[in-house]
Order: sequence, then structure tokens, then C-alpha cells
Amino acid sequence: MAPRLKLFLPLILFAGMAAFLFRGLSLDPQALPSALIDQPLPEFTLPLLGEERTIDRAGVIGQVALLNVWATWCASCRVEHPYLVQIAASGVPIYGLNYKDEDAAAGRWLTELGNPYRANIADREGSLGVNLGVYGAPETYLLDAGGVIRYRHVGVVDQRVWETILQPKYQQLLSAGGSGG
Amino acid sequence: MKVLSSLALLALVLLSGPALAVIETYQFSSPELEQRYQLLSSELRCPKCQNQNIADSNSPIAQDLRKLLYQQLEAGANDEEILDFMVARYGEFVRYRPRFGGATAALWLAPGLLLLAGIVVAAVALRGRRERASGGTTLSAEEEQRLRDLLDKTEKDS
Repeated sequence: MAPRLKLFLPLILFAGMAAFLFRGLSLDPQALPSALIDQPLPEFTLPLLGEERTIDRAGVIGQVALLNVWATWCASCRVEHPYLVQIAASGVPIYGLNYKDEDAAAGRWLTELGNPYRANIADREGSLGVNLGVYGAPETYLLDAGGVIRYRHVGVVDQRVWETILQPKYQQLLSAGGSGG
Repeated sequence: MKVLSSLALLALVLLSGPALAVIETYQFSSPELEQRYQLLSSELRCPKCQNQNIADSNSPIAQDLRKLLYQQLEAGANDEEILDFMVARYGEFVRYRPRFGGATAALWLAPGLLLLAGIVVAAVALRGRRERASGGTTLSAEEEQRLRDLLDKTEKDS
């Protein structure tokens, strides 16, 4: 019996290999885990978009919120923008990080397409972007009430992403904060 | 002659690759810094384009990282500090030679372990074959007697 079973060894190996590779097909190689998960949002002092006044870390943290990295040169940002407006309208605080952009163009964009952001950080040189580990736009960070980064989503936030990934985590953080955790 | 000139052209195209790759140039205060810049920028991976190092990539993030690398080198940071800075922001992913430990242990150990497994499998297979081969040629005393009888018989028959 044993030598018989041995004949099936290649088949078993093949099945294992196939399962492993099949799993790989559905993984997104572009999605990198952020090195900043569970790390505090880096310190920064940057101008507000289109203004002389500055905003710093304390101006963003304090509640569970989204930090959305966007720019007018980023085509996918235009795709996700209407959905961000919708999420913001439902009461979710969203802060914007206008990444390596021109203030005038960004201002026009917000007047035309609506402004879902509580405030917009103008990161003209991309310095905060580098400290956050941003490598492209759009990226969306989920911050807890203490200003700790809990999740990063790379790519467009649409209804599917919001409902299946971000919203559950957002609600979880909200209820954790409510119970004093 | 035609072959020669086309070969020369091909060589020219191949050699001009690195020259095209990087757009901006930096003025270094010492050749030693420039050498470290070349080394580090070829060892740091572009987070956006993934299969290129930041020396070869022209994506905006690679440009930013090259600029940072230049600034840090001129500010007197050592290699370890620069790599730590990059890894703290972009993860071990950003290095083509990640540090050993944790999730990267599998990466470092897998080739050796696979080679070892291959050697073991080959050794077992070879030994099995040798045993079968040697087991097939040695006859027991009884079998030898039978063989001799059979040979004697055929000789008598012929």
C-alpha cells in the first residue's frame, strides 16, 4: 500500500503548489503594508491650503478621522472625490493632505467639485508625505482619537472599500473610544 | 562591415541606458559621497514602481527619495542612519537587501533550506537506486546453483 501512496506524492505536491499560486493571483502586489500602522501621526507644521495660517498635528487629531492624501494631478483622486463628499456628508471627519500640488489648482478643484475636508494641509514639497510613507495618491489613513495611525488604504476609496474595509474599522475605533478604551 | 556597425550601434544603445535613467544630477562635496549615493540609490527600492531601484526610476516618489538621500548624505548621515530613516517610513520593502529577522527571515533562509531539501531528496533517490542496482546483481547461493544447472543443461542440449 505504501509504495502505491508514494505514486500520489507528485500529485499532492502539485495540488499544494497550485493552491499557493492561486492565492497569489488574488493578492495585490501594489498594496504595501504601511510601516506606520499603530504609530503616531508624525509631527508637522504646514500651511493650510491657500492660506498663510499654518496647521500642525494638534489641529488634526482629537477624534477618529480620515486623512486623505490627494492632488489635482492625480486622476484617481477625481474618481474618489464624489464619494469622499458623500462620506463627509454622513458625518465622518476627513482631513485633506494636498500632496505636491499647486494651491490655486487645488482651490479651484474644491470650488468645482465640493469640499469634503474639515481642513486641508498644503504639503507643497511632500515633506509630510515622506514622513507618512506616502508613495502615490490617493492614499487614505485612518486615525484614532489619540492621533495614532490605525490603517492605510492605498488607492481609490469607493463604496466597496468604504463599506467593507474602512467603515468597519472606523466604527470599531468609535466604539472603542466611547467605552474609554 | 554592416554587422560591425550595427553591433556598435547596439552597444551604444545598451550603454546609454544608465545615462537616460536619471534626469537630475547632484553636485557632491566629495567623490566618496557620490559613490555612496550611487550605492544606496541602487539598493533602495522605489515604493511606487516596485521592481526598480530609486536610481533607475523616474517616478515622483523616486525623485523625492533621491533628493532626500542627497540631502542626508551631504548632512553627514551614515549609511545605517539613512537606511533606518527609509525603513521607518516605507518598511523593509524599500530595501533590496532587507535586514534579517521577523518576516524577512523566510526570505533569507528559504534558498538555503530549499537547497538542503534538494540535496536530501537527491541523496535518498541515489541511494535507493544504488541499492536496487546492487541488490539485482548478487545472487544467493541457491540461485547460483540453479543458474549453473540451467547453463549445463543448455550446453548438453546443444
